[in-house]
Amino acid sequence: MLEPSAFLQFFHHPHVWIIWTTLAKIIVLLAIVLGLVSYTVYAERRVSAFIQDRLGPNRVGPEGLLQPIADAIKLLLKENFVPNYVKKFYYLLAPLIAMIPPILVLAVIPFGSQLFGVPMVIADLDIGILWAFAISSLGVYGIVLAGWASNSKYPFLGGIRSSSQMISYELSLGLSVVPVFLVVGTLNLQEIVRWQVHNGWLIAPFWPKGFNLHSFLANPLEHLIQTFASGFSLERLLLWIPLFLSFLVFLVSIFAETNRAPFDLPEAEQELVGGYHTEYSSMGFALFFLGEYAAMIAAAGVLVTLYLGGWSLPLIPDGSATSFLGLPFIPPWLASTLWGLINIGVFFAKVILVLLFMIWVRWTVPRFRFDQLMKLGWYVFFELALLNIILVAAILAFFPNVK
Amino acid sequence: MAKVIQRPKLTLAEMLYLPAILGGLLITVRHFFDTLLGRKKVTMRYPEERWDNHLPDYYRGAPALVKDEHGRERCVACQLCEFICPPRAIRIIPEEIPSNDPWAKVEKRPKEFEINMIRCIYCGLCQEVCPEQAIFLKKDYSFVGYSRQDMIHNKEKLYELGGTMTGLVHKWNEKK
Amino acid sequence: MSAIAPSAALASSPTTEIPLINIQIDGQWMQFPKGTRLIEACKKAGKFIPHYCYHPKLSSPGNCRMCLVEIGTPKLGPDRKPLLDSEGHPLIAWNPRPAISCATEISEGLAVRTDSPLVRECRNAVMEFLLINHPLDCPICDQAGECRLQEFSVEFGKGESRFLEEKVKKPKQVDIGRHIILDDERCILCSRCIRFMQEIAKEDVLGFVKRGSYTTLTVYPGKRLDNNYSLNTVDICPVGALTSKDFRFKMRVWFLKETKSIDVNCGTGCNILIGSRENTIYRITPRENDFVNSCWMPDSHRLNFHYLMREDRLKSPKVNGLDTTWKSAISEASHLLSSHPSSKIAILASARSTLEELFLIKLIIELLGIQQHDILPRPQSGDGFLIAPDGNPNTNGARLTGVAANPPGAQLEKIVTAIRNGSVSGLLSLGEDPTKIGLTDQELQKLNFLIVLDILPNRSTAAATIVLPACGFAEKRGSMINLYGRLQRLNKAISPPGNARDDWEIYRDLLFSLNSPSTTTPRTFEELWKLMAAKLPPLAGLNFGKIGDLGFQLDLPWLEHKGPPPHSAPAPIPPKMPQNGNKSP
Repeated sequence: MLEPSAFLQFFHHPHVWIIWTTLAKIIVLLAIVLGLVSYTVYAERRVSAFIQDRLGPNRVGPEGLLQPIADAIKLLLKENFVPNYVKKFYYLLAPLIAMIPPILVLAVIPFGSQLFGVPMVIADLDIGILWAFAISSLGVYGIVLAGWASNSKYPFLGGIRSSSQMISYELSLGLSVVPVFLVVGTLNLQEIVRWQVHNGWLIAPFWPKGFNLHSFLANPLEHLIQTFASGFSLERLLLWIPLFLSFLVFLVSIFAETNRAPFDLPEAEQELVGGYHTEYSSMGFALFFLGEYAAMIAAAGVLVTLYLGGWSLPLIPDGSATSFLGLPFIPPWLASTLWGLINIGVFFAKVILVLLFMIWVRWTVPRFRFDQLMKLGWYVFFELALLNIILVAAILAFFPNVK
Repeated sequence: MAKVIQRPKLTLAEMLYLPAILGGLLITVRHFFDTLLGRKKVTMRYPEERWDNHLPDYYRGAPALVKDEHGRERCVACQLCEFICPPRAIRIIPEEIPSNDPWAKVEKRPKEFEINMIRCIYCGLCQEVCPEQAIFLKKDYSFVGYSRQDMIHNKEKLYELGGTMTGLVHKWNEKK
Repeated sequence: MSAIAPSAALASSPTTEIPLINIQIDGQWMQFPKGTRLIEACKKAGKFIPHYCYHPKLSSPGNCRMCLVEIGTPKLGPDRKPLLDSEGHPLIAWNPRPAISCATEISEGLAVRTDSPLVRECRNAVMEFLLINHPLDCPICDQAGECRLQEFSVEFGKGESRFLEEKVKKPKQVDIGRHIILDDERCILCSRCIRFMQEIAKEDVLGFVKRGSYTTLTVYPGKRLDNNYSLNTVDICPVGALTSKDFRFKMRVWFLKETKSIDVNCGTGCNILIGSRENTIYRITPRENDFVNSCWMPDSHRLNFHYLMREDRLKSPKVNGLDTTWKSAISEASHLLSSHPSSKIAILASARSTLEELFLIKLIIELLGIQQHDILPRPQSGDGFLIAPDGNPNTNGARLTGVAANPPGAQLEKIVTAIRNGSVSGLLSLGEDPTKIGLTDQELQKLNFLIVLDILPNRSTAAATIVLPACGFAEKRGSMINLYGRLQRLNKAISPPGNARDDWEIYRDLLFSLNSPSTTTPRTFEELWKLMAAKLPPLAGLNFGKIGDLGFQLDLPWLEHKGPPPHSAPAPIPPKMPQNGNKSP
């Protein structure tokens, strides 16, 4: 038996500390993300309904909010029917492979600043973004395997389409973010977010350097205007053009990478029945479904982190702040906790907005033809991303103080 | 001979896709908020809101049997509806009315009268063909059951749906 | 110019030469034998004349007036010779007064218009009169659908009534006989039923009473329409006045599928129509065949079909009282048959089986070399009309195939004795109940095996080792030879219940199971007929299709009487002139 103090000491030992806080982060993040997945499905259905002048699922619970639970129960209780002509091992393996990569990607995404001094990222890797790209591209194996193992023509066509589509867009996806690293100078995602705290989000890097809540509250209005105006320097405007292009290419590429409309050719119902998951039912189908939406969330997380300031919001300090709006009755530890929680909330709010945008686009834009898709990837985005890198490199070379 | 299809010449804005996509996004978001805020109403929330009060006079709902003002079953089991019924939803077993019945002079009545509501197509031919004005298409349209057997309306159910209809047929009334 | 030869259907006296007479029907000159009634001549010329009281097998009182036509006679010149037109036909002087075609015999040079404005006007008026007192009963009337009044109302009726007065009330639902209910309001006073009872059934019980619009059909006081041919009055009643108690309110006639078949209750083999709907027989009506039954059949025979719909029909093959599959029942049967010496096996066949079945039984007999086989004869007195002095419908078939002993039943005694003394230890009872030849239940129990093929349970099926459920007469096709050598067809009207199978298929499977050589064992019904035609000389050149709906007269050497049964075709009754007054005394 350990005494309480010894017990606490054990937990404060640096090695143990890192293990259990990481475990706690993993559990909390997984819970949030899986909840988010099911409600993204719900949002998809409701939003699409509203866009099409319908009502959508509104029966289960208030406004249909319990629909995801009903769907989950239904999918769990359905018979997991395995056709007898499939390659059974790979057939059962494929949904797992489709589900795991998007979740692994989440490990490197900083979903908050810090809480109780713990950085809100599961693995604060220096090669964070490389990890994200490396792992997320594994997701295609699940789809290809499902298409092949189903031993049926529609899944096979879906799998083929998916692999060629993903390989094509991986190029522009990877190349499109290189300008970000040229500008920021690191691959560590937490560092990238901190850079954006100081310099403004990479989609619009016009934030006056070092400007924060404290200086906002302390300075008179004319000074503030002057300070803000100083953010819009000629060099920054010049830099903004390639960065915005990079953002656009990245945005379109993640649509393609996550098989979302208008690039949802692998599962085009009108042509391929259900695409690669035609032969799946019950949990197998559910895993594909969840994997797809988890991939959307992971992609949205990366997008938010790289271009939309991650957990940061202008004027909102991070979790290391010791005062809460100067209110005297809030002790420093509570202030930092509150700011830490707000940061996490900001991150997920941004992710949700990006998800809503993805849904919005899906119900607006018709599906591309496959040749159009390939042309766009290889003829336009690939070249655009390459040119962009050169452009940014040139700008950085001519205006070294722009960083 | 190969047929050459002239593709339309696209302007720069069209080739960029983006203006068109933005326009599309604006359209869809307008629909989104219209529906969200209830500015546009297209769908009827069925079990709570019903058609019942908006049904036109000529609406053809479920067929039902009626009794006359004396409580006599109007149906004499002539089986013409069974004959005319295009999906063969009607099945009648006739019987003779026993001599102690007050309506023994009518001689014949249905012993069982079944309409299979899974088969019924609500065409109204049974009502049209009925020589005794005994079967009518009522305004009921919603029938549910847990089994196929539940969906077969028997004579009792049909009279319950039909109720009483006065007038129209006078030949069985006592002459004054 | 078309000339219609005297029809072969007038076969009652085909040998005597009847002179042909020229008449003109709707402008066409044709020839018909002397003595033909005008309505028949018009019918043969394809001009149907609507009628109610006229019936080709009955006398013509001419009281419905529906068959009024315009007639004319040749114009005579001053020399009392007919004036001829350019083609050599006589010119016609049209009679201003229409005449009834049913009671008019054709004469040389007679001309008729069957569809002139006058004729149509006559028919419209007659229809209107007939409908004055007719009730609006059609929805409940069993005749609806085959009612002449309905049919002609559609063609000649007004569609509305001009009659403002009260309709005459007459008795309804009158129970006038064992099988008949009379509705006097529906009666149009055609007197067909009265004439049938007088002329065909020869029992004068029906007549008209009262006068004018109150004329009413009824049975004479103290008499009832209990004649065994009474239901024929229902058939010939053109409206729904006479209805059959058995069929009353059971099913509308338009639902009935009518299958041509024959009656199997006696050796006459009356031609019938089986009215069925969805595997239920609702009625049997006679079908016209002048070689056998004219238009009639006895009530007792036509009502004897309800047993086919009995709940306790044999539905599954049984071995030792337990339900089994056909495959195992047949193989068990063939095992029992082949494991016993043929001298210890007897076969009791039935002369109620079809010719095809009996032929296959004969093949089994020959294959196994069975010596003791016979049928159960059913001698009966008959009624001198359509009930033959033989209760079996196919005794001649059993004799032709050789399944029956000569004379039929001669071997029964021997079989019974052999079973009693144990020299026969296995019995095949094919469509008969062996308790009817005097065997007791104990004697049946004592047998090594008893194979029973039947459709209903009885004492022998209870004692049987193997029960083979078969088909009733309406559930199979086949043919039978009636007492007078006429080969006639049975057709399948309904499906047998449960797993019961067509008899001939059972025998065929048994033959194959007994390793009968596949070259001489028929697989299909057509092969069976080919084999029969080859093996049975009277059937040479025949097949099932060639028998035809009216049957085929065979020349069987042992028959004394060949051709139509005695009395069955009523003697032609000379047309009478229309008479006033009614038939009642």
